[in-house]
Amino acid sequence: MFAFVTITIFVCMVMIMIRLFAGPTLYDRVLSLNTFGTCTVLFIGTVGLLFGRPDFLDIALLYALINFVGTIAVLKFFRYRRLGDAPETQEIATSESEAPQ
Amino acid sequence: MTWALVIDVTSWVFFFAGGFFLFVGSLGMLRLPDFWARLHAASIIDSAGVAFILAGMMLQTGFTLVTLKTLIIVGFLLITGPTATHAVANAAFVSGSRPKDIVEDATVKKSLTKTRKKALKKSAVSAPKPKPVA
Repeated sequence: MFAFVTITIFVCMVMIMIRLFAGPTLYDRVLSLNTFGTCTVLFIGTVGLLFGRPDFLDIALLYALINFVGTIAVLKFFRYRRLGDAPETQEIATSESEAPQ
Repeated sequence: MTWALVIDVTSWVFFFAGGFFLFVGSLGMLRLPDFWARLHAASIIDSAGVAFILAGMMLQTGFTLVTLKTLIIVGFLLITGPTATHAVANAAFVSGSRPKDIVEDATVKKSLTKTRKKALKKSAVSAPKPKPVA
């Protein structure tokens, strides 16, 4: 029955991956990347239970942390065009044509 | 013996519910026409799917350290999922993307308060024109 859950999550990850590649705008891609990361956390957890190694949950927790920070970092980069230091002038990407796809 | 069976059945019910919500959410992400519509599908996965599947896992593992780890993952995902979704939506809104079929309603405009009208005007000035989404 763990195999059923794992296969379901895998199918969902494939569908989200199709949207990630086909997404017309940048924000579609960022959103589906975030959702893909959430599904990956669930996938790692259920695979750990499926193979009887619950230690995988540590990796799942780490992946959840990195996924959140990564999403915020990608959004910040595409808004301010830099990471780290605070921007002096708020340069906001005004059109989607400026954002690389 | 029966108690273990009850726990097992409840856990599988949770797993099936979580799998259903995951499937519905990802199908929505694949099929819905608009970015703003796809946000709804993503939020289904972030809330219902995660909560149900991790609750089923908690019931399966019993009362151990693994349960505590699962609880930590649930808490973290339930906080950061909506936060990340809000950040994506806010970034898309600031960049000028708007929902496809917005209908300007005169009665709604009339019933707006003065401060809300002022805020709307300000946002209309600062936000760039919405472009048609391909």
